[in-house]
Amino acid sequence: MTGMNPQRKSDLLSDHVKHEIEDWLRRYPENQRQSALLGALRAVQHEHGYLSTELMDAVAEYIGVPEIAVYEVASFYSMFELEPVGRHTIAICTNISCMLRGSDRIVDHLERKLGIRLGESTPDGKFYLKREEECLAACCGAPMMQVDHVYHEHLTPEKVDEILDGLE
Amino acid sequence: MSQDLVNIEINGVTLTARKGAMVIEAADAAGIRIPRFCYHKKLSIAANCRMCLVEVEKAPKALPACATPVSEGMKVFTRSPKALAAQKGTMEFLLINHPLDCPICDQGGECELQDVAMGYGNDVSRYVEAKRVVPDPDLGPFIATEMTRCIHCTRCVRFGEEIAGLREMGATGRGENVRIGTYVEKTVASELSGNVIDLCPVGALTARPSRYTARPWELIQHAGIAPHDCVGSNIYLHTRNGRVMRVVPRDNESVNETWISDRDRFSYAGLDADDRLLRPQVRDGEQWQDLDWDQALTRTAEALKRYAPDDIGVLVSPTATLEELYLAQKLARGLGVANIDHRLRQNDFEDDAAAPLFPWLGCAIEDLERQDAVLLVGSDIRREQPLLAHRLRKAVLRGGVVMAVNPRDFGFHFPLAEQVVTDPYGMLKTLGGMLRAALDVEVKPAPSALIGVLADCESQPLHAEMVERLRAREHALILLGPSAFAHPQFTILRALASALAQMTGAAFGYLPEAGNSAGAWLAGAVPHRVPAGRAVERRGLDARAMLAQPRKAYLLIGVEPVFDCADPAQAIRALAQAECVIALTPFAGETLREQAHVLLPVAAFAETSGTFVNLEGRWQGFKGAGRAPGEARPGWKVLRVLGNLLDLPGFEHVSSEQVRDELKGQLSDDIRFDNAVVPKRDLHMPPAPSGLTRVATVPMYAGDMLQRRVPAFEAAAGAVYAAAYVNASEAERQGLAGCEQVFVRQGEATAELPLVIDPSVPDACVWIPAGLEQTRTLGANGATVELQKTV
Ligand code: SF4
Ligand code: FES
Ligand code: FES
Repeated sequence: MTGMNPQRKSDLLSDHVKHEIEDWLRRYPENQRQSALLGALRAVQHEHGYLSTELMDAVAEYIGVPEIAVYEVASFYSMFELEPVGRHTIAICTNISCMLRGSDRIVDHLERKLGIRLGESTPDGKFYLKREEECLAACCGAPMMQVDHVYHEHLTPEKVDEILDGLE
Repeated sequence: MSQDLVNIEINGVTLTARKGAMVIEAADAAGIRIPRFCYHKKLSIAANCRMCLVEVEKAPKALPACATPVSEGMKVFTRSPKALAAQKGTMEFLLINHPLDCPICDQGGECELQDVAMGYGNDVSRYVEAKRVVPDPDLGPFIATEMTRCIHCTRCVRFGEEIAGLREMGATGRGENVRIGTYVEKTVASELSGNVIDLCPVGALTARPSRYTARPWELIQHAGIAPHDCVGSNIYLHTRNGRVMRVVPRDNESVNETWISDRDRFSYAGLDADDRLLRPQVRDGEQWQDLDWDQALTRTAEALKRYAPDDIGVLVSPTATLEELYLAQKLARGLGVANIDHRLRQNDFEDDAAAPLFPWLGCAIEDLERQDAVLLVGSDIRREQPLLAHRLRKAVLRGGVVMAVNPRDFGFHFPLAEQVVTDPYGMLKTLGGMLRAALDVEVKPAPSALIGVLADCESQPLHAEMVERLRAREHALILLGPSAFAHPQFTILRALASALAQMTGAAFGYLPEAGNSAGAWLAGAVPHRVPAGRAVERRGLDARAMLAQPRKAYLLIGVEPVFDCADPAQAIRALAQAECVIALTPFAGETLREQAHVLLPVAAFAETSGTFVNLEGRWQGFKGAGRAPGEARPGWKVLRVLGNLLDLPGFEHVSSEQVRDELKGQLSDDIRFDNAVVPKRDLHMPPAPSGLTRVATVPMYAGDMLQRRVPAFEAAAGAVYAAAYVNASEAERQGLAGCEQVFVRQGEATAELPLVIDPSVPDACVWIPAGLEQTRTLGANGATVELQKTV
């Protein structure tokens, strides 16, 4: 209760993130500031790995929308993480084409290899097995996965091992 | 046929409807029932529940009646096989995840889902799969949650955004995982939050204080008027066996629309407080002795006769009914007592003679929505009159501007165009500066009584801007709120505001703090006027003077002096010296017991019939709904019998209506409401303050006896914590940086309070809320205080 100079919530955002948000804000009319929300959240997640409540509140204050409006958007899109996750995000597509081409085997292999289930992160904080909800639009290369935004296609367990070993 | 109307047909009945209206509105107006969940006449259209599907000729599929505008020649069928099939299908989907736990649900018996399922659903469920379960957020002391029952209509979400002006609830997640809640645990902060309980069509949001206490079919509904602010919201009281079980709003578009404040909704819970006075009592040394009414009233009458009229002071609560106020002054004046007042929190009474008939809003409540510019002076309208704040918010959303001159940044749920936050002295300077700016543009001389004041004020660019916003608007209004009434130089403040209104062409009005302030003036519960505003022959002492010059005897009606009076320290001194203090009161708390000699139990709000006059001058009568406990009797009856025992003429009333009509008969038919004041003598600025000035506002839930006894209010988001609040730089200047506890000295009064750094408090001020247990020893608003580090 006491304590001087109450901080503003948006002080949590780095200059880089603020810069990026400004960039998004410029693309929309001044009375539609909430339009910059998706871009802003992506920038924040990129920097912090996930969206904590404090970070979402910071974005709310910076853009000037109610906090709950940010929670709504962040919790709607599966690309946003609301809990801390491993450094490398592995998303295996399990939609129809990939499933027909054996994505189950890939999931199984990765779960066994990393010792975690879909939706979990390894205890050392290195890997996160994301539960992917949508077709990732690379059906012609099925089965496929996305590691930190990079697509890897025509997967086999050996190829998966190779990709993972290449990550630090 | 006007161009704005179209002809449609619903179920073969020809109707006309407003162009642009939705089918559901036309059907509602014609009494044709269409099931719905998400549609609500006061909220935006979401069309997300699909319950209102109807068949429209030529449309291939059923259409939602709430989102389908009428068009010329449209034919709608609400009960055709296609419509019924669509409704049945929607109902089946809505019930898939609903727990069907009606037997343990508080909404049972008054649930829209139950009713609509009965009317439009299947009687047997085909769904055998697992249902989802949703955790329940804690939304605070007013709203109980059971979110598994939620059908995602989003009425509560839209209410927050559109009506409360605080978007606190939302729909997070998606698809199967959508949840309605706040995402983070928090007590909802809107002072209108309880309305979501009525809006929620299912049992997801129910009233926490009354949960599991009654079934709707056991309750009897009584129309009533809410007592806690000058709006006079229309309510229904629901009673069982004479006990008030809950309060809900009663529609009245001109007053409260379909909403009520949380304060008016939940205050009934205070009726059962432990210190409810059940029988008459007299003090016998340190002991209290029970008496029967005959003895008690005889003793009271004898006591009143024992003192010379001038030795008696009568303080009446402005939340008393019109009838109580009227009889109180009649009794007092019958005895020759001129000292009667209800303005317990006012500090400056100098311009009494210039005061209007009653503190009037200056327009109708509905007209607040149409204001182009409003200047609030000393008003925390969001907490003091939540439903008027809602009207102002609508004005702002329509493009109006609101400005404020306040002793603290109270926080508003609409943007302010300008705000000056300053100490009470600075408030005078600000209005003075504005008046000078207005005189400059109008090229008018200053009103003669104010020349002295204006000499000490200068017009700054901000003042000129504010004046510009008020000037020459079709609807502009200057309003004085409770912090203006409690201002140490109310006379000057009011004279400046009135002159400013006149110069800018704005209307001038008041936001009195209590439920029946207007009624108290009309009833003559003031020392300088008899009923109907006529001047008295011999002026009595006002509320402050009665305590500053202690009387030998006091009659307190519904008053707890240490919480209700402007200067509690002074009240404590005066009452301690008094030989006889008689209190007519529903409650007898510790402090009242310390001060009183005779306690007479009277009925509280909801237990007596009477009338409240709201700030528009609207007389709203009500009947007793609940039964007063023990031997408590309606206040007007007690006063009437006292009148008889004292052999005073004109105390023959057999009903409260007769009392009201007696007063009404004295008011002329063509009452003119006019708030303009012209000071009767030349005014001068007070000396500039040195040191810290106390800002003593009364928090939202501390305004009267009943509110102060509601357990749920203590945990409410709007509850105020007793402390000394200063801003960071002031704390630095006072050498209090980092200090957690301070010693407060106000004149001879002292208190020890936590120190809170609060940027809403202006420089040179300390905000110490009044009306609270921990601050009840201190003095008045606007006085000098010292803060010291505690060791
Ligand atoms: S809690 Fe009630 S009002 Fe809110 S969305 Fe759910 S059903 Fe509708
Ligand atoms: S189904 Fe896997 S990429 Fe489309
Ligand atoms: S009432 Fe029409 S869709 Fe909900």
